[in-house]
Amino acid sequence: MADQLAIGSRRGLKPALPLLLPAYLWLTVAIFLPLSAMVFFSFMTDLPLAGKEWAFTLGNYAAFFSQSLYSTLLFASLRLGLEVTLWCIVIGYPAAYVLAKVLKGRSREAIFLLVILPFWSNGLVRIFSWAMVLREGGILDTALNAVLPFKINIDLMYSYPAVIIGLVHSYVPYMVLTCYLTLQAIDDSLIEAGRSLGASRRQVLWRVIIPLSMPGLIAGAALIFVPVVGSFMEPRILGGRTGTFYGTVIEDQFVAVFNWPLGAALSFILLAVVLIILALAAPVLRRAA
Amino acid sequence: MAMTRILEWLGRFYIVLLLGFLYLPIIIMAAMSFNASPFYQLPFEWTTDWYASLWQNDQLIAATWNSIEIAIITTLISTVLGSMASLALYRYEFRGKKVLQALLFPPIAIPWLITGTAMLIFFFGVGIGRGLIAILLGHVALALPYVIVVVSARLQTFAPELEEAARSLGANQWQVTMRVTLPWIMPGVIAGGLFAFAVSFDQFVVSYFLSTPGQTTLPVEIYAAIRKGFTPEINAVSTIIIVVSMALMLLTARFFKFGGEK
Repeated sequence: MADQLAIGSRRGLKPALPLLLPAYLWLTVAIFLPLSAMVFFSFMTDLPLAGKEWAFTLGNYAAFFSQSLYSTLLFASLRLGLEVTLWCIVIGYPAAYVLAKVLKGRSREAIFLLVILPFWSNGLVRIFSWAMVLREGGILDTALNAVLPFKINIDLMYSYPAVIIGLVHSYVPYMVLTCYLTLQAIDDSLIEAGRSLGASRRQVLWRVIIPLSMPGLIAGAALIFVPVVGSFMEPRILGGRTGTFYGTVIEDQFVAVFNWPLGAALSFILLAVVLIILALAAPVLRRAA
Repeated sequence: MAMTRILEWLGRFYIVLLLGFLYLPIIIMAAMSFNASPFYQLPFEWTTDWYASLWQNDQLIAATWNSIEIAIITTLISTVLGSMASLALYRYEFRGKKVLQALLFPPIAIPWLITGTAMLIFFFGVGIGRGLIAILLGHVALALPYVIVVVSARLQTFAPELEEAARSLGANQWQVTMRVTLPWIMPGVIAGGLFAFAVSFDQFVVSYFLSTPGQTTLPVEIYAAIRKGFTPEINAVSTIIIVVSMALMLLTARFFKFGGEK
């Protein structure tokens, strides 16, 4: 593979530039400059538009640290992210295992597609569909309780569990996908070898299968945790008055309160927390790759 | 061995439960969009009135057209630019290539809430403001990394000797690309394009921060409607969206194997 690449590859940035420039210019204008601008604005008293007075300030960050509301909400959002991630592991990992090791051939392909299909459909609409179910629980709970492994009743709408259910529903296909990819790569003979050497099912699971599929678990956890911490639409629709999280406060700064500099500072703090968490997960991922 | 059989059947049963969890709310929503009662009351009475009344809702229709137009333009731009960048990243060796590849991940990994609000601030600051142009700028940027990742994956299966052979037979760079490389990576390009369409058509968060009352997309319009109160009309339009986006992904799956199956 290495020398194959060597034949095709040619040296130099110059011939590559015309092909690269349009895409990366676009990314710069629409992603990287905005992110830098956000950091810049987070240190301002007001937006420098239409001749408004503005000055540099640390006040937006001071607000985060002096008012316990913001840090409380950030912790609530981190806890939400953690809980949703754990539920996705509990629900998604066994499914990934069955897909990778029990099902075979066409039925595996078809079911795999069925599991990840909803994930690619509109997230907002899927959350709304839960509002439907949880709201109409009175009519549906008999049917639902027969099908679902946990108890659902009408009171769930506009509550914390409703937010958890909606988010787990939205993100569990991610976990199935990443775990399936690593589980599928585990050689069956390793599992058989463990069994024939006298290890119990449970020992094989904990000593062979789970360690080998760890990269998939961690990749899935990172892919779920990060967006959940920044979620605002799901808690708004399913959480009602209990659905105030860090993300909804940021949303408010931009669409209701119009304190953009504070919103920028809150966004940047979230970005920093997210980057720290990703950086912590990175070594484990790299070791696996 | 009997134990293994039992566990396998338990596993299959579990998958059925999971599929129930994933599809039940969607199916119920779709069913309610055909139910006559505006308060979602049972017994079920069949009607297509809610779909008919969608045609009277000019606001929703305008937002739908915006969504479709933006998705198509996003697909065209990001597929062309993304395929070009993938080719360059595949063909050439240069310093900083790793950095360029790593730069594709922030748009995917950073929560859309952060990207969306950052775009709002920046576009306002430079005078682009909010509206359809801003939404288009954002959507293309979000779709580009997906296109590059998908097309690059396809390029990994391409034999560079083919390009060499064509070149030694006298084809110039343009001919090599158009007649040899492009036909080979076409399934990847089409899959990337479908991804781009889906990313744009389903995008809510970024569109939400960049839209203005007259210039908005379908998901933003639906969010506003949900916050005003539930109506069967939202169920009807949501059902249409979910059917369209699932059909799109089934189409994508024909061109691009997700599971890395052998």
